[in-house]
Parts: sequence; structure tokens; C-alpha cells
Amino acid sequence: MNRFGYARPASVEEAVAAGSEPGVKFIAGGTNLIDLMKENVERPTRLIDISRLPLERIQEREDGGLTLGALVTNADTAYDTRVERRYPLLASAILAGASPQLRNAATNGGNLNQRTRCYYFYDTATACNKRDPGSGCGAMGGVNRIHAILGASDQCIATHPSDMCVALAALEATVEVAGPEGARSIAFADYHRLPGVTPERDTNLLPGELVTGIALPAENFTAHFTYLKLRDRLSYAFALVSVAVALRFEDNAIADARIAIGGVAHKPWRVPAAEAALVGQAAGDAAFADAARLLTDGAVGQGENDFKIELARRAIVRALHQAAAGTPQSQTDKRVA
Amino acid sequence: MTPAHATDVRNGEPETVSLALTINGKLRNFQIAPWVTLLDLLRDREALTGTKKGCDHGQCGACTVLADGKRINSCLRLAVMHDGGEVTTIEGLGTEDALHPLQQAFIDHDAFQCGYCTPGQICSAQGLINEGRATDRTAIRELMSGNLCRCGAYTNIADAIEQVLSQEKGA
Repeated sequence: MNRFGYARPASVEEAVAAGSEPGVKFIAGGTNLIDLMKENVERPTRLIDISRLPLERIQEREDGGLTLGALVTNADTAYDTRVERRYPLLASAILAGASPQLRNAATNGGNLNQRTRCYYFYDTATACNKRDPGSGCGAMGGVNRIHAILGASDQCIATHPSDMCVALAALEATVEVAGPEGARSIAFADYHRLPGVTPERDTNLLPGELVTGIALPAENFTAHFTYLKLRDRLSYAFALVSVAVALRFEDNAIADARIAIGGVAHKPWRVPAAEAALVGQAAGDAAFADAARLLTDGAVGQGENDFKIELARRAIVRALHQAAAGTPQSQTDKRVA
Repeated sequence: MTPAHATDVRNGEPETVSLALTINGKLRNFQIAPWVTLLDLLRDREALTGTKKGCDHGQCGACTVLADGKRINSCLRLAVMHDGGEVTTIEGLGTEDALHPLQQAFIDHDAFQCGYCTPGQICSAQGLINEGRATDRTAIRELMSGNLCRCGAYTNIADAIEQVLSQEKGA
């Protein structure tokens, strides 16, 4: 780890001012940043400790939704009775990720801003366009079992590792940020980026901008949802493929459908056409297979991860059946109904 | 900004930062570099070597301690961020003369072989009990997944925790 300065601002305004200097990083839970600093992937000149700012509450919104403070831990969010009762898809996705110790430290804002777990990004002895723009990509033609099948570029095939964000994408959350130019809200679909020619940028945050909260809309899908996570071991592993599904039925037909897939792209992957195609349909293999085909349209394997294309299609169909039947995957015993 | 914590590495040697931390019930004051992890502080400055440095990347759980009652990986925390807080390590859970119920249960159930992961397992188990979310054996196993045991004593670890949980229920 490099040497760095440390400051503890007393307000969001002070934090934003301090965070606008080049080379500085915000720190809250630290579970990803300190790990990356130990690997010399991140080498901040100064850490701005935001962990004591007043962003540690979950609050009701006038529109009937909830705002999750950026500094609420992942554990406190998943176990909050309002989140458990009103946003069970989100609670399930959070509990599918990491370990209890990590969820006790990791914050909601940090979960959004965590970086890829691509092996080459972590290994400073190898080429990585995300870590060192222009240096190349070790994963292409390398060990790429965990890498992207959708939305990748010829510069980067990394995936976003979050489970929580897959649920937030399906729920159409809004990210609230404070910055040098004031506060703004970012639709979840616009928060993370595809790699394109700037894989070093994971999000559309501007320099100095700080996530202050995550707004959840009132529509919460409590009856028909699932977070299905498939991985190499049953617990404490990143997703090879995960699927967040939320459905609303009217008269036995699908009236609203949300599907987001994780582990497959540089951001949670949604395809509006796949969701629209489900509206008006009854639950069933044919409609679900169509949705899976539309969601994975254009999928490209990198060799070792070719299996993820078929795995994603089957996982989508399975998850849609789970949601329709009201039998979500248990994050305790992992049964997939 | 809090002046006491302002440091500047751009001009020569960095300043240290002050830290007040209650460790196993005793208030301690430190002047440390900001990059000292909570794990290194406990082991190197306080000689509390029960907390182990296994992977040092939050993957094994051997460094698990209780911070303000919650289990965390001490390797992934800067010590200074716990200023004003309270930390309990394995040395604070029981004594040789009066073992903590989890320590006794781990002995009763032969829940270790080499013992390297055990302090982290026991601190994690205490955190699990504090959280009150483990309702059955399946949940115990899932909620202990952040602690690896390369000897593979998992079955007996779950037995030990199940024993203490049922004792607590009966109490």
C-alpha cells in the first residue's frame, strides 16, 4: 500500500470540495478500496473518510418509496424491516452477495462504486485497459471464465460484480449524488457505463461527485420476484450469471416485467424489448424462452466463458418461472424451486 | 475538516493521526500512520495475536473481530476509521479460567484441527449470535460462509454454534 493523507470532513459540502482534488478517493466501508490499495491497483494521494457523514438512514419518500442512505451498510439495508417487507427482491440480492462480515462493513454507495473482480485488473504485472488505459487486455485470449458475454468492447471484457445493483436495476432505482455543481439524480440505467473506449470509467459520476443515497420507487414487486444467483460454490462467490426478475400480473397475464442480469456485462444488463414482449402474455415456457433470447441477443463468448450464454438463457427462464410462481430462490439454502 | 486528522504526504513525511480505541474493554490511545489496518494495529501494536492474518484480502475470515458488536474483517479496515469505537477480539471473549461458551463448545465438538481459523470462527459466531438471524443449521452454515477452514472442520463448527444457540434459547 502506498502512503496517503487522510481527512475526515464534517459535511457533505466539505467532502465534495475535498473529493474534487485529483488523486483523492472517498472511503466509507473500505472493503473494496483497501483491498485494491493493497494490490497497488488504487494509489490515492489522500483518502476522504466520509463514514461519519449523516447519510446513514433509510427514510420514507413522499412518493411512497424509500431512500437508502449511501452510508447504510449492506447488512442493515437487507435486514431493515421496510426493505424486507416492501423490497424483498433487493434484500434477497444483497444477501446473495459477499459474506456477513463484508456486508456489515460495505455501504450502499460503495456497493455501486465497487470495481470489477477481473483477475487482470487486480494483477499489476499484466495488461489492463481499465487499470492502465492503452496497455491492452490480458483477459482476451486469457483466463476469462468470469468475463462478459454482453456489451463488451475490444478494449475491455470485465463484468460488474455487484448483486445489489442487479436488483436496483430491475427496480429502476435512482442514484442521488452531490457534487461541485450541486445535487442531481441519475437513473440507475445511466449510472454504470459500458466499457467502450474508456473502460477506466465505471460510472457516469463526475469528478468530486459523491453518492448520497439510492431512491427506490413505490412500485416494489412484493408478490412475484426472484434473485437467482448461479456460481461455482453455493455461498460467498461472485455470480457467473445472476437474474433479478420482478413481475406484476393482472388477470393472469403479465402487466409489468423487469429482468436484469448480472455477471454478464460491465453493468447490470436490461433489454426493454425483452420485457415489453412479456406484457400481455401468460406465464409459460414459450414466452419466457422468447424473453431469454431477446435478453441475450448479440451475446459473444470469449472462449472459457462460452458456457455463460446458454447458462444465462436457462437462468432467465428459470428465474421467470420462480417469479411467476411466487417461489423465489432462498438465499439460505439456495433452492431454485 | 477535523484538523487533528489532516495529514499531508505531498510535503515530506506524513503526519500521524490520533486514534482512541477501546480494545477488549480498555481505552487505548495511539498515534499511527493512516494506512495501518485495524488488524495490524491489534497484532503489532497491541500484541493481540489471536486475531490472524490469513489472506489479508477479506476472503478467509481469520481476521474477524467485533467492532461495536458487529463482526467485520479487520484486514479491510483502516484503524483510524474506528476512532472513538470499541473492538472485541478473541482475547476479550473469554479467559483461560473462564472460557466463553463458544470456546467451550468448540472444544466439546472438536471444532478445529490446526486452530488457525478458530479465533475468527469464534468471533464470527459471536457476531452471528448478536445478529439473531440464524434460525436453523442451514442458516448457521450460510451465515458462517465468510470463515474458511482449510482443515475442513465445518461440520463440527456448525455443531458447536448450534449448541450455543440452543443454550441461549433455553436460558
